[in-house]
Amino acid sequence: MTYNVTEENNISTIYLNGEIDMDVGDKAKEAIMPLIESANEIHINLKDVQYMDSSGISVLIESHQKAVELGKKVVLKEISKSVLKVIMMAKLEQILNIE
Amino acid sequence: MSFTLHADFEIKSSSLKEVRNFCREIFQKNQELENEQEKLILVISEAAQNIIKHAYENKDSPDKMRLQISYNDNELQIDLYDKGKPVIEEDVKPRDLDDIKPGGLGTFFIKQVMDEIIFNKEKTDDWVNHLILKKKIITQ
Repeated sequence: MTYNVTEENNISTIYLNGEIDMDVGDKAKEAIMPLIESANEIHINLKDVQYMDSSGISVLIESHQKAVELGKKVVLKEISKSVLKVIMMAKLEQILNIE
Repeated sequence: MSFTLHADFEIKSSSLKEVRNFCREIFQKNQELENEQEKLILVISEAAQNIIKHAYENKDSPDKMRLQISYNDNELQIDLYDKGKPVIEEDVKPRDLDDIKPGGLGTFFIKQVMDEIIFNKEKTDDWVNHLILKKKIITQ
């Protein structure tokens, strides 16, 4: 998994790339969590994520919960078809902010 | 169409990608399984992840786990063997639907996709745990 971050108008966008599983879940979390601390709104762009398992979904849940706790917002953007299927399998499409 | 294929994988999280690649190669070659492949790969990878997480408590090991994929008469059977800590079946619980928290999701996915989940208690060679997952494949 690789990622890059952009920032505009106090919105941080992290573009994740590759497969997000148990092996890289911590790396994704370590990249996202500081952004939630520093920006008001965080966009997680998932268009180039070809595979996500329960570890990746856990990172999305934890990010969402951390943002709610801090009064901030995490939005999932351009979710790839395969990741959306897993989010729906986890029945999280109504809970996570999806655009 | 029928086949039985197996491979051994090292006990470490980076093996999960190899597990998925092994599955992809099999499912892509078999038209009857191709439509289900995304969900099946997720489930198999989650089951392998559970071995690393629970049977080996997230620690790398020189042991190997074995994955066997069999398909016969429209029934897919996945066998996973490991030599880690014995699994207590009662401890393997999926997440409650309304409980939005990380963890327990892998088992939840396995239960959603597969028809049968069996923890085989009979000793198979010198393996400690033997998980059997079965699914009837509906072909058009």
